[in-house]
Amino acid sequence: MTRGKAGYWWYLLPGAVAFTAVVAVPFGANLYLSLTKWSGIGDPRWIGLDNYSRLLRDEVFWTSFRNTAAMVIAMVVVPTLIGLLLSAALFDVIGRRFGPRTASFLRATFYLPQVLPVVVAGILWGWLLRPDGAVNAVGRAIGLGEHDWLGDPKTALPMVMLVMIWVQIGYPVVIFLAALQRVDPDLYEAAEIDGAGWFARFRAITLPQIRPETFVVTLTCTIAALKVFGPIWALTRGGPDNATTVPSYFAYNAFFNKLQVGYGAAVATALTLVIVAVSIGFLKVQRRAEE
Amino acid sequence: MSRADPDRFRQGKARWVVLVLVALTAALVLVPFAVMVMNAFKSPADYSGNGPLAWPESFQLDGLKTYWRQVQFEGKLLNSVVIAGSVAVLGVVLSLLNAYALGIGRVRGRLWIVALFLLANMIPQEALVYPLYAMAKWTGLYNSRLSVIIIFTVIQSAFGTYLLASVLGTFPKALLEAAALDGAGRWTTLWRVVVPTVRPTLSVLLIFFFIWTWNEFFIPLVMLIDNSTQTVPLALASLQGDRLMDATTTNAGALISLLPTVVFFLIFQRTLTRGVTVGAVK
Repeated sequence: MTRGKAGYWWYLLPGAVAFTAVVAVPFGANLYLSLTKWSGIGDPRWIGLDNYSRLLRDEVFWTSFRNTAAMVIAMVVVPTLIGLLLSAALFDVIGRRFGPRTASFLRATFYLPQVLPVVVAGILWGWLLRPDGAVNAVGRAIGLGEHDWLGDPKTALPMVMLVMIWVQIGYPVVIFLAALQRVDPDLYEAAEIDGAGWFARFRAITLPQIRPETFVVTLTCTIAALKVFGPIWALTRGGPDNATTVPSYFAYNAFFNKLQVGYGAAVATALTLVIVAVSIGFLKVQRRAEE
Repeated sequence: MSRADPDRFRQGKARWVVLVLVALTAALVLVPFAVMVMNAFKSPADYSGNGPLAWPESFQLDGLKTYWRQVQFEGKLLNSVVIAGSVAVLGVVLSLLNAYALGIGRVRGRLWIVALFLLANMIPQEALVYPLYAMAKWTGLYNSRLSVIIIFTVIQSAFGTYLLASVLGTFPKALLEAAALDGAGRWTTLWRVVVPTVRPTLSVLLIFFFIWTWNEFFIPLVMLIDNSTQTVPLALASLQGDRLMDATTTNAGALISLLPTVVFFLIFQRTLTRGVTVGAVK
């Protein structure tokens, strides 16, 4: 048997074949399709960059990315901030003063929405927000009247954001709690002896200590926000009037409802570019922070 | 918060304030579940008469039965188990083989290869879906569970390879050398030495691949159009599309659809939270 490194290449073979068939070739084909006009039947017709220039002039395309910014607020910014506070409260106060069982019960509660199929969560919320749903029943009961929350272009996007906050909140809580476990308790004790209050300790110890995890949470959630599809499909299908459309739904719609395959492929490629650019930007910022 | 009051949580009332605030937030998270459970057990007449907030007049299983029959739920469960289970096992095996070559074999150009897998993990499924859809039609795999199994095995193993390669990159050399001295070849070393040592990481991956695949929606929505191939989340979604469901059936359907994942979560809670963390630190 050879002892050199060459022998290890064999172990990459199944992965390479599968990866080529399921990722590389389809991705290349998508890139090609984005340069064609094709309805899915017959032969694609080469049109160069026309889809992309059309994209830049398409109002809906820009709306979809504006809505993505809203998704980043709902899936990254708000959950991370609330997650920081909740995990610090669970670790620092509840875990220490009320026992670890109380803390882990609450942690599990926050994490629960994360384990559901997100489209099931979307359908549940879709019912809650329906004109005859529970939210309006509360509104009537306290005399606020009712409202078609998802049917009104003004309230649809805020409602989708609310649902996404509900879905996402548990993820940073679980990660930050795990991160806090590895912080040296002596640091906190020393700070307490020095007379640092809770907020001072939070800012001087907690935040810097869990910076790597904060970074991972914001990166993975940003990518998830850029990709979001299921909740939009279940809640609004991008409507009303494209008020909640996002790039992935825009691409899906072009592929399978409008039969504009080339155009959908261009949208998907643009989305890929944005995701890769954002990820590289994140990694650069992280590297600079570590230096 | 003032310096004169270094630890107001030890005896003071403030810790109770914190507890109440956190518990209130947790209660808000639970409210949608509570409303769903309450309405899943009502009769349609009870619902239309008393509205969504009233306590059920009597405990009815009709909504659950209707939903179960309407979507033939046992078939959906079987599809989900077959698809998610196959992807979990195959995805872990594929990740392991890749990571063995990258992390322990240290093949040339491994950084680039890992970067490629990482990229595959970032690519949105929209940028693969139409060619995959066309390929599935062309190979006759369209609307088959196998198509979804193959696709997710590769997609999940992109993440698995990235994670396992970094775990195996720090594998103790002494163990490998001892195995070589005993005359074990690479294949034997992989299964007799490496796998037993990293078994905890492998089981975390297995559980994650299972639950991620179970919850997938986009590619199954495109690939599985038939009643006989659809998964648990798809069944609820496609029925909702018909607008045929009354409120009690919607709630019963949502309840049945999320029950398997909640049970799974309760059984594997430790592993899942540990898994999220493994992913975060690497």
